Amino acid sequence: METLELVKEKIEARKNTTISGGQAVLEAFLYERVDTVFGYPGGAIMPIYDALYDYNDKLTHILVRHEQGAIHAAQGYARVSGRTGVVFATSGPGATNLVTGLADAMIDSTPLVCITGQVFAHLLGTDAFQETDVINITTPVTKWNYQVTDATEIPAVLAKAFYIAGSGRPGPVLIDITKNAQLQLFNYEGYKKCEHIRSYRPKPIVRKTYVEQAAELINKAERPFVIFGQGVILGKAEKEFATFIEKAGIPSAWTIMGMSAISTDHPLGVGMLGMHGNYGPNVLTNECDVLIAVGMRFDDRVTGRLDKYAKQAKVIHLDIDPSEIDKNVKTTVPVWGDCKETLPMLTALVEQKTHTAWLNKFNEYKKKEEEKCINAELNPVTDELTMGEVINLLNELTKGDAVIVTDVGQHQMVACRYAKYNQSKSNITSGGLGTMGFALPTAIGAKYGAPERTVVAIAGDGGIQMTIQELGTIMQFKTDVKIIILNNQFLGMVRQWQQLFHEKRYSFVNITSPDFVQVAKGYYIDGQKVSERAQLKAALQTMLDHKGSYLLEVMVGKENNVFPMVPQGRGVSEIVLSKDEI
Amino acid sequence: MQKQEFTITVYTENQIGLLNRIAIIFSRRKINIDSLNTSPSEIDSVHRFTIVINETEEVVRKVCRQIEKQVEVLKVYYNTNDEIIWQELALYKVPTDIIAEEVKVERLLSQHGAKAVVIRKDYTVFEVSGQREETDNFIKVLEPYGLIEFVRSARIAIIKNSEGFHKKLSEFEYKEPGEEAIENEFLNQNEEVFSM
Repeated sequence: METLELVKEKIEARKNTTISGGQAVLEAFLYERVDTVFGYPGGAIMPIYDALYDYNDKLTHILVRHEQGAIHAAQGYARVSGRTGVVFATSGPGATNLVTGLADAMIDSTPLVCITGQVFAHLLGTDAFQETDVINITTPVTKWNYQVTDATEIPAVLAKAFYIAGSGRPGPVLIDITKNAQLQLFNYEGYKKCEHIRSYRPKPIVRKTYVEQAAELINKAERPFVIFGQGVILGKAEKEFATFIEKAGIPSAWTIMGMSAISTDHPLGVGMLGMHGNYGPNVLTNECDVLIAVGMRFDDRVTGRLDKYAKQAKVIHLDIDPSEIDKNVKTTVPVWGDCKETLPMLTALVEQKTHTAWLNKFNEYKKKEEEKCINAELNPVTDELTMGEVINLLNELTKGDAVIVTDVGQHQMVACRYAKYNQSKSNITSGGLGTMGFALPTAIGAKYGAPERTVVAIAGDGGIQMTIQELGTIMQFKTDVKIIILNNQFLGMVRQWQQLFHEKRYSFVNITSPDFVQVAKGYYIDGQKVSERAQLKAALQTMLDHKGSYLLEVMVGKENNVFPMVPQGRGVSEIVLSKDEI
Repeated sequence: MQKQEFTITVYTENQIGLLNRIAIIFSRRKINIDSLNTSPSEIDSVHRFTIVINETEEVVRKVCRQIEKQVEVLKVYYNTNDEIIWQELALYKVPTDIIAEEVKVERLLSQHGAKAVVIRKDYTVFEVSGQREETDNFIKVLEPYGLIEFVRSARIAIIKNSEGFHKKLSEFEYKEPGEEAIENEFLNQNEEVFSM
């Protein structure tokens, strides 16, 4: 890749030359250090694609098989790299196909810049071919969106787009560019990075008094408990976070989105929160005296019933987004600001402590959970394979170094419960939106975001079929993605709920599947299917050793359930370890 | 917490689509907007939305934070009715012949603070500006005489203790603004929450 200086020089050289709107988009990408674009061409975005033809040596374009695949891939790229993912799609159906990914990126705070083509400006509002009101459709699912009808706007608008997407609490931005603006030739005055918008405050100023109040609460606490989310990762504050909990000696649990911010083996890491999280962290949420929430938003899957959530605790909430304070859980002390700044301030004020007895309590609960759930999942006595043992073996073989991208459902919960990570940005999953079909395209993008790392997509037999066409992308670009399908021949999570809460009325959860290995073969991707325990480890090893992508289908128990579970409508301390307790 | 009328004042940049972005924050929570007005503000480039909803303060506070989060929104305030001076404007069209025959127009006008905007052979248009009660009362007065058309504008409101937006805006212009621009009145007002 060219150095930024060189790019700047070249852009400088183009100053006061005539370029097209399409070229201006690509110049902006170069300046913003974009190296990979995920996209799909079409009528209304053709001028940009025409310009792209000449940028082939500077920008990698990954042609996906569906626009949803493009945006998920961009999410994967962004989530593993910490940079902004970039997407191209055409107008109408191309743009509407982005909506699921936008909603996913919005709720999981993923920085994206999506460029959609639009019909000629003079045709807007006339129901022209492939015209959709993309701006209004995407307003609720974008941090910002904007329609460009004049090419001269493009440099400034794109600068704004990248600034907004990546700063503060990140999120997706969509820029809709009419075809005339893409074609329009104009005098290029260069590109200026956006660093300030007067109506936009990405980072609130940290108020020292709140930090002091928070530290005082923490120092007085006997049973402090830290719960953290993706904010730690998005704020690139993993070190600051670890230093904080280590000095204050506070047991810490992660949300599904915060997972991997600290190593899963960290002595103070007590596990995952939430509906299928670990036993101790859920129960002890209702026993701690000070609850310190860092970069998390008290999602209902984390809190269970709100009126039974941590009522006894004083709550300290560190968040960059003021609208999250008091949204779901009433805060005693709000420390709003970038946790990269607030955590060190807090660390400086807290006393060095260990809370051994309190930490032991988590271990006691862990033992109970092991006896009642974990052992049966990881070391099953029946012949049927469990999802947990697959993850467990994968941990053993990858040593916690892999990026694991999951889909949504039972396998997702199992993967997040049992996967081991020793570096940040390793657990990529659709947390807030719960988008089935997420894993395969996202894993493709993740590989481009972290080419040196092993990327494993784990999906169920349902989710994989939602975006299976992206095997075509893997085929064409020889993307090295390892795909594990945990096949229980059911839409497992819905089946589990039907079993537990709907008297086993299995309503349309018995999904059938093609021969996945044959499907992969059709795309020239190697693979195998395993249903015996004796073959599992070797099969995983074959997959990991294989040069290039590989699909491994593992047949697992049909009616296995994920436990523990906080049944919907119950409090976190009412978590159950087996179906007999429901 | 009891539901009551709140007037939300939003200072924004002037941008197409922002109205929608703000409106969906209410519709998403199934909150009915009782009245919405967009207008210029005391500052040239800054727009001012005045929105009236009937909700609990807790909901209003959350909604205001969501609005303030939008990129093109500068600042949001919410106030109860006793913290603002507010007015609405209403127009009434009635048949001129009946009015002229049966009513003492002068008395009508002076009693209700109304003004005849147009008097034509076939119809007359009156105007009343005031609070909801006043504009509603005048409907009742005119109804017996055949009210042909009625329309009322959205509420506009001035915040009693506001110093205007000039000072704030100049803070916003800086890349590193001072406390003034950053202060969050929702957090600050919420005193009992922070007592330790």
